[in-house]
Amino acid sequence: MTDILRSFPSAASARLAPPRFGWSRRPPLGLLLAWAVLLVAAAWAVAPEIFTSQSGVVGIPSEKLQAPSAAHWLGTDELGRDLLARIIHGARYSLSGAFLAVGVGLVFGAAIGLTAGSVGGRVEAILMRIVDVMLAIPSLLLALSLIIILGFGHAQAAIAVGVTSIASFARLVRSEVVTVRRSDYVEAAFGSGGRFLQVIWRHVLPNSLTTVLAYAALQLGWAILQISTLGFLGYGAPPPTPEWGLLIAEGRKYMMAAWWLTAFPGLVVILVVLAANRVGRAAERATR
Amino acid sequence: MTNALLEPRAVGAETRPLLRISGLEVAYDGVPVTHDVGFEMAPGEVVALVGESGSGKTTTAQAVIGLLPPNGEITRGEIRLNGEEVSRWSPRRFDSIRGSVVSLIPQDPGASLNPVLTIGAQVSEVFRLHGRRDRAGIRAEVLALLERVGLSQPELRFRQYPHELSGGMKQRVLIAMALALKPALVIADEPTSALDVTVQKRILDLIDELRAENGTAVLLVTHDLAVAADRADRIVVMRGGRIQEQGPARELLAAPKEAYTRRLLADAPSLSAPALARPGRLGGETAIEVRGLVQNFPTDRGGSFRAVSNVSFSVARGSTHALVGESGSGKTTTARAVVGLRRPDGGKILVNGQDPAALRGEELRQFRRRIQLVYQNPFASLDPRQSLRAAVEEPLLNFEPLAKAERERRVHEVFARVQLAPELLERRPAALSGGQRQRAAIARALVLKPSILVLDEAVSALDVTVQAQILRLLDELQRDLGLTYLFVSHDLAVVRAISDTVSVLQGGEIRESGPVAQVFEAPQTEYARQLIAAIPGRLRRG
Repeated sequence: MTDILRSFPSAASARLAPPRFGWSRRPPLGLLLAWAVLLVAAAWAVAPEIFTSQSGVVGIPSEKLQAPSAAHWLGTDELGRDLLARIIHGARYSLSGAFLAVGVGLVFGAAIGLTAGSVGGRVEAILMRIVDVMLAIPSLLLALSLIIILGFGHAQAAIAVGVTSIASFARLVRSEVVTVRRSDYVEAAFGSGGRFLQVIWRHVLPNSLTTVLAYAALQLGWAILQISTLGFLGYGAPPPTPEWGLLIAEGRKYMMAAWWLTAFPGLVVILVVLAANRVGRAAERATR
Repeated sequence: MTNALLEPRAVGAETRPLLRISGLEVAYDGVPVTHDVGFEMAPGEVVALVGESGSGKTTTAQAVIGLLPPNGEITRGEIRLNGEEVSRWSPRRFDSIRGSVVSLIPQDPGASLNPVLTIGAQVSEVFRLHGRRDRAGIRAEVLALLERVGLSQPELRFRQYPHELSGGMKQRVLIAMALALKPALVIADEPTSALDVTVQKRILDLIDELRAENGTAVLLVTHDLAVAADRADRIVVMRGGRIQEQGPARELLAAPKEAYTRRLLADAPSLSAPALARPGRLGGETAIEVRGLVQNFPTDRGGSFRAVSNVSFSVARGSTHALVGESGSGKTTTARAVVGLRRPDGGKILVNGQDPAALRGEELRQFRRRIQLVYQNPFASLDPRQSLRAAVEEPLLNFEPLAKAERERRVHEVFARVQLAPELLERRPAALSGGQRQRAAIARALVLKPSILVLDEAVSALDVTVQAQILRLLDELQRDLGLTYLFVSHDLAVVRAISDTVSVLQGGEIRESGPVAQVFEAPQTEYARQLIAAIPGRLRRG
């Protein structure tokens, strides 16, 4: 009698399936670390006095350009200002700038995308072509031009960065709106007597925003980087503001004598941007 | 080995069962979902695993073929394939028998083929995965297989991509893939649920034929007792992860022992006696009048496609008219024109004496108070972010400036009307079952007290038991509130249970129409005869 299973490896060699762990229930370590980094940065921005007793602006001239030590953990700069204190005080500028930038991008981008996606037709064609034009201009160039129009300053730099992200927000919002707009429940809402604006406000907007908010979280890291870049180029907050990009730019002059002046602010920017990206990705995945 | 697979029936009386499951418990994330499931299958036998969604029938089938989702695990019991215990096998070891000994015909033909590979490449892969290398030989076999499963022009199909094939053709390709290596056991997981009735019948006939030819045993997973009744030698009824009853199909259907089986039997529209007598509904005033309706859709190449041509019917107030047809017959397009969601390209529609196509803005909004649409898919027709209360309240907010207390009363009233517990008011759709969602959707449609409901495949996505409950509810509502229904469905059994008059559509034209009894008992056209013959359960009805 033929046994159809005879040709398979014998039961002795059968391996048990590897045990499975409940990954879905425990957040991964990397994500927890990322959250920790962001929380610390946020705490620095809200209450810098708790983390350092030294001033971020006024230095002690006799203690200039000191290497990291017990008294100054990350060393001091050319005016004798404590670098750690400057980084901690600078969080406020970099983070608030990032939130302002993402806020500008989100609000205006959502408005354009929502209008284009829900009205459709010629309005959509015109709005989306404008967005295409915006996407065609290099974002740094656009930001620099805007700063020259708006004037120099911390808030201006943030707004300029925000404006450059309007186009990508508008595109994402439009594509979400178009999908939601076609769904049965939106049609049902019109069918039960809903007026256009009511339906857009009650159904289309909330259902399109989930993905967009996750994208906004992802944009935070990018905004910090852009604002630091503008600060580095001298288009952001004026000295002696301890904004992170400006710290790196000022430290550049002493690169050979005092490596810590560029290395530590750079490291902080990298860590915070990485953490913001990690959290943004997790949020994006959770909304899928 | 191959010979034995071809003729397992000839193996003799002392054969051990091909498949023997005993005491099977499968857990998802540690929570058991099936309990002590056990049954046997002889070689060449067709066993139907019947139950509602959530009964554990698909989980059991997945366990047999080693395809449980990552969070699923067999915690107890054993599965023996030809005597060999396979329940603890590693995925890699399972790969060696999948396709050659056990294979699967999946549920959704649309999602089960790779869109970027040709049909030929995908069917050939089955052979290549199991070690065949001669390209010419494989090609010849694939072409023979495609022809065998009833695909016309196999040479052409070989080169085509999935999107160029219809649903029924894709399902044939999947059957070809499942049977390519002549397995001893094929698991068919709701193989025809996504297909039209006539296609469904042809596919089930094909599985039957191939079984008779190759002696393959078939484990048919289905929620439709009528399909099981027609096709299975034995039936296993599952509920809540446990086996309720099992036995030879004939005996089980003739004399069900368990109350649950009796209920399933009573609820299957095609098995239970034809509907409730519905006298005196015809002849009053006309609620819906459609004359010479034409609907065109623009096509990609700038031309236009005529989806509906010259469709006419009328519906008497308080009665139910059904539009029946297969996908692409224009039934949904017609219904949407009646609700005023599409403007007709020709012909005239009168609803309560008003022509929706002539209405604009505020008038159209007021028109919608009197006619409401209930959608096929309750998962898509409720806003996932709205609580049921908000969803049901919304139409009231749109039309009537009612005080909060009065609105509250109306919502509760309509909730009671559709037999939903008031506790569910605060829930969101995701926390509800399909039946509860459809009730909520009906509640939303009823809260404005419309005179006409258009039901677009409103029960097609539901289990038979839930389907029967919703149909009873619709019947009650019609009697109590004097509603007029326009009922769109591909399921003739359901139509027979609920309608007074029916129009059979094909390719955008009405083939036959008249009172239900007349169309079903004495169909005049060939197409109507075919449709009616394709209703499953005919063997039992005799």
